[in-house]
Amino acid sequence: MAEPKTKYDRQLRIWGEQGQTALEKASICLLNCGPTGSETLKNLVLGGVGSITVIDGSKVEPGDLGNNFMVDESSVGKSKAKCVCQFLQELNDAVKAKFIEEYPEVLIETNPSFFSQFTLVVATQLGESSMVKLDRICREANVILIFARSYGLTGLSVSEHTVIESKPEHFLDDLRLNNPWLELKRYAETIDLDVSDPVAHKHTPYVLILVKMAEEWAKNHDGKLPSTREEKKEFKELIKARMTALDEDNYKEAIEASFKVFTPRGISSDLQQVIGDSCVEIDSSSSDFWVMVAALKEFIENEGGGEAPLEGSIPDMTSSTEHYISLQKLYQAKAEADYLVIEQRVRTTLKKIGRDPNSISKTTIKSFCKNARKLKVCRYRLVEDEFNSPTVPELQKYLTDEDYSVASMFYVLLRAVDRFAANYNSFPGQFDGLMDEDISRLKTTAVGLLNDVGCNGVTLTEDLINEMCRFGAAELHAVAAFIGGIASQEVIKLITRQFVPLSGTFVFNGIDHKSQLLSL
Amino acid sequence: MAPPSTAEDSRSRDLDKLLLRAGNLVGPTFEPGPGLRDDLKEYARVLVVGAGGLGCELLKDLALSGFRELEVIDMDRIEVSNLNRQFLFRLEDVGKPKAEVAAKRVMERVSGVNIVPHFCRIEDKELEFYSDFSIIVLGLDSIEARSYINSVACSFLEYNSDDSPQEETIKPMVDGGTEGFQGHARVIMPGVTPCFECTIWLFPPQVKFPLCTLAETPRTAAHCIEYAHLIKWDEVHSGKAFDPDDPEHMKWVYDEATKRAELFGIPGVTYSLTQGVVKNIIPAIASTNAIISAACALETLKIASGCSKTLSNYLTYNGAAGLHTKVTEFVRDKDCIECGPGVLVQLDTSITLQEFIDLLEEHPKLLLSKASISHRGKNLYMQAPPVLEEMTRSNLSVPLFELMGKVAKDVVHASGTTTKNDKKTSCLRKLRVIFEGVDGITDMDTAGEA
Ligand SMILES: [Zn+2]
Repeated sequence: MAEPKTKYDRQLRIWGEQGQTALEKASICLLNCGPTGSETLKNLVLGGVGSITVIDGSKVEPGDLGNNFMVDESSVGKSKAKCVCQFLQELNDAVKAKFIEEYPEVLIETNPSFFSQFTLVVATQLGESSMVKLDRICREANVILIFARSYGLTGLSVSEHTVIESKPEHFLDDLRLNNPWLELKRYAETIDLDVSDPVAHKHTPYVLILVKMAEEWAKNHDGKLPSTREEKKEFKELIKARMTALDEDNYKEAIEASFKVFTPRGISSDLQQVIGDSCVEIDSSSSDFWVMVAALKEFIENEGGGEAPLEGSIPDMTSSTEHYISLQKLYQAKAEADYLVIEQRVRTTLKKIGRDPNSISKTTIKSFCKNARKLKVCRYRLVEDEFNSPTVPELQKYLTDEDYSVASMFYVLLRAVDRFAANYNSFPGQFDGLMDEDISRLKTTAVGLLNDVGCNGVTLTEDLINEMCRFGAAELHAVAAFIGGIASQEVIKLITRQFVPLSGTFVFNGIDHKSQLLSL
Repeated sequence: MAPPSTAEDSRSRDLDKLLLRAGNLVGPTFEPGPGLRDDLKEYARVLVVGAGGLGCELLKDLALSGFRELEVIDMDRIEVSNLNRQFLFRLEDVGKPKAEVAAKRVMERVSGVNIVPHFCRIEDKELEFYSDFSIIVLGLDSIEARSYINSVACSFLEYNSDDSPQEETIKPMVDGGTEGFQGHARVIMPGVTPCFECTIWLFPPQVKFPLCTLAETPRTAAHCIEYAHLIKWDEVHSGKAFDPDDPEHMKWVYDEATKRAELFGIPGVTYSLTQGVVKNIIPAIASTNAIISAACALETLKIASGCSKTLSNYLTYNGAAGLHTKVTEFVRDKDCIECGPGVLVQLDTSITLQEFIDLLEEHPKLLLSKASISHRGKNLYMQAPPVLEEMTRSNLSVPLFELMGKVAKDVVHASGTTTKNDKKTSCLRKLRVIFEGVDGITDMDTAGEA
């Protein structure tokens, strides 16, 4: 293995060493290795996941050569799982690649405990009844599950898991200008905003300008910060009045950032929800994540004074080098202090529930603290629940909305083709010659499905029903590569835990690309 | 219909559903049947520009979407940092031309596909090379290269007298681009949908740090790196150009940046960051490239076959927070210098080719220096290579009117360099030349021109 750091350079710049380590520890199981599954794994093998296990019971047919890059002429008649696995191994020898020649449906039926060994299962081209069963199995075993399906010019991708902790990027910086701590206030006191040296005046960072101006304001307003529209306007005018020259970028930045002073104190509603979750009542079976949330909750209620731990970094801003570096140190010191308190609380908590107090590493706690403000918990419905009782008003709304109608009709039709297949042992339009019959059968099936879930009075367009039969369950390479690409990206998000995974069902619309995310 | 009789037929088992069956949500030219499948194989010629992250995916996707005649152009060689996403390359390929290895790998796996690689700069090919393709697919990471191919494709476009584009001169382009978890795919039908230049505002120039910040008040690691790279290097190495691909140079910048950071007490200078800042490295991952390329390949198939409606006309993808896709229908800029009818140049019949070339340098809409000129595929004057320059040099003293066959008006192509955002870039311009005082000129030809 040559220079993994160089090889992974372009992705390390996105998810860092920590994300890469998480990927390298992950074991991924793929069900069915047609093009959708093969393409999903290809992207993950390139990125360096720990291990893959390919499960497929079929043999390679000539037709597979037309849509799957991982098989070639010499593969015809051989195990598809074996051929695909072999090619994938070629892409990255750091990945442990295994295959099992077996139909996923059989494994789901006969050996459910098999799946508990994996970090994540990607199930492709799986019918409705197997999806429902697999979802239950994976939830029980706490294994993340992703469904991906390509079907003609449509398809879908769904992730299933009980709880996902996510940390969205692109969050507003954490400057605490609405609630500065003691050391920051003290530092601001050493600054004279009306310094006569013009160079010093135009290099006072906006953070300090705002801290001082907010303090002044509060003094004249019973300790309160600007809140009404007039007050906010007045506050900005006051900042403007302190400018001594037109080219003072630092004051312009202060006016632009003044909203950071107006933002209400305390934690976001998302975070409120996280610390109010019933999982915060921890016991010896709680996951590391919830142990840390419990510590976070205590911190917010005690030392934090209603605030989450400080993130510790500041954005670039117009400033003298000296002020900027002093500020950087102040923020870092506060973040470190907050972290130490939380670490202590985590250790105590672990001890209390009978675990090794050092069983959660410093790095993990540090990263948790850095992202604490952004925590979000997504809970997913059981596939079975969504299938049997989708949120009907939502579905009805989607089906009649101009932007959503095609994607949501595809969703209904994708479910209808599975019912169709269960009834007639083939997919609509799978074979030539039965087209007209299949079209009317599919229509009846889809209408029946809508009635069963209680969604009445919506009609699916004839054009789309025809189109679905025309697709005849074809797995087109380009569509499979798209859906597989999305599935692999979701895998990466779920494993690195640095980004927000999609919630709901992503329905691909390959006709005009007006794809949609549905939550039902 | 009879079951597939040969292995060759059954290979397109899945694709046949779309190509052989009639549908209602299809393109206006769609004629389903085995003939369409054969036409795709034989007559559809697709050029893939770029054999990097997108290019590798595109070649695979197109080879498995019924296309047989593909060509790929790329001037780069394979590097280790490509291997996390450019799946056609292996460690032992490092140093070899991307186009050649990519073409070979796809041909090895997909039998019957013919891919011709071109290991050269896109500017090195003559216009005629590009005019041969049915569709041009772009898998690039540079705005300049996109701009250039766009001007090439737009140069083929001709207009009818009623200002409608002539159908057969429209050269469709499909363009993809990615950065991290984000990307776009778009379809460009020059003259019909906005070209790259029409919506150039979608790609704003990169913001650079003010020099006074670098010199006087550095605050971040990037400031220290750019100081070493942009200021200190020139101070120390008088006249020697900085080469970002020379590891010695990069190491020097890193060391200088480290010293400066220590001096100011600034944390965070690393070798990796130094490379990132100096080379302006865009983070790239396999999954986003796969998604965007797949969308581009699917659109290429739809344009070539009509088997479904096409994207109209710009798809954005963002997977960092949840999953968002959006289709935007941008509109053409009617005054676009690229996809419009061309820049109008009115000339006296006595003006020589040399005088014409000089005039292009002064023309406010063009500012084109060192132009090579061609007319209806014929080179009138070529600045390079030396052989062609010598062959065409004698034309310089001949009146352009004569060189163009004494027609009252016609289109000529001029390629040269121009300055964009302080950077010299190659560009190609379509010029509508009209000779004054020659019969057959109506008022309409000059109408609408500012
Ligand atoms: Zn244009």
